[in-house]
Amino acid sequence: MPVSRRDHIQGPANAPLTLLEYGDFECPVCGMAYAVVKTLQQNLRHRLRFVFRHFPMTNVHPHAEHAAEAAEAAGARGAFWEMHDLLFENQEALEDEDLLEYAAALGLDTSAVLAEIEAGAYAGRLREDFMSGVRSGVNGTPTFFINGLRYEGSFDAESLMGALVETAEPEI
Amino acid sequence: MKTGTNQEHGNQSRYNRLYPKGRKANALAAGSAAPDFTLKSTPDQSVSLSEFKGQRVVLAFYPADWSPVCGDQMTLYNEILPEFQKLGAELLGISVDGVWCHAAFAHHRKLHFPLLSDFEPKGAIARTYRVYRDGDGVSERALFVLDREGIIHWSYVSPIGVNPGAAGILAALEDLQKKEREVTA
Repeated sequence: MPVSRRDHIQGPANAPLTLLEYGDFECPVCGMAYAVVKTLQQNLRHRLRFVFRHFPMTNVHPHAEHAAEAAEAAGARGAFWEMHDLLFENQEALEDEDLLEYAAALGLDTSAVLAEIEAGAYAGRLREDFMSGVRSGVNGTPTFFINGLRYEGSFDAESLMGALVETAEPEI
Repeated sequence: MKTGTNQEHGNQSRYNRLYPKGRKANALAAGSAAPDFTLKSTPDQSVSLSEFKGQRVVLAFYPADWSPVCGDQMTLYNEILPEFQKLGAELLGISVDGVWCHAAFAHHRKLHFPLLSDFEPKGAIARTYRVYRDGDGVSERALFVLDREGIIHWSYVSPIGVNPGAAGILAALEDLQKKEREVTA
């Protein structure tokens, strides 16, 4: 599924590099990759567009679905990335009461956010993200795509940066 | 990628050390009838393939419970069960592990589909599907999609350390559905 207006996007639309992540807020490796992506964004600045799609493994990560719902609820109020960051920075605290605390910290209407989380208001959207990943061959989290091509290296900043640079400036 | 260590390849080399004997499997191909079997799914329950006549079936042979494939394959399929069901398919996981091992693994990963125990004689069913790794004592990581008549519509053998994902399964099931609609139209 191509990146489009439906997606959560950081960075300019005309950036030469697009990094797409399929991630799960309760996945520890995604938590490590979160810091790596921040480093990449600082280094590449306007040359990088970053896109996040949900890939919650809900049976093994019991908090992943509500966390993703909370991110979407924040997104509906213009605060997706703020919530995304809070969730990855607080992966050990993803109970509903924690999610509401983060929503409150972002100045969101916590009772409305709670109602949406409990109703699964964004379940369709989450499933669409998930299945778009499955159809692209995503088999676990995190999975990254660089300009549409699946990245198969390790998730440290040096490896990902190397792959991004290579994509931007292919060796002749 | 030239840089960094490739995680999947790293995993693959670990598997290759663990299961060095396997040769390229000559898995039963599309068009073959899927051999029937009866295997234990729990200490006191058995599952026969013939019970699923009239339904589509996905058979997922895998080397071992607890196997360290990044983003475990069975865990992934567990999340995709609703889509398999929408496409009229039942999923059966099969490995040479015993029923108690399967029970612990399924409980730990909260799996909602049967894991069958190809345990005695060991790997007998994997052999009939031609996906047993002689000498390694485990099956290949192999997928079979069966139509409602029990004919293999698609099969695929993944490198043993690589989680093949589910894109191929979904494409095969959708292809079956499309063909069926063409026939009834």
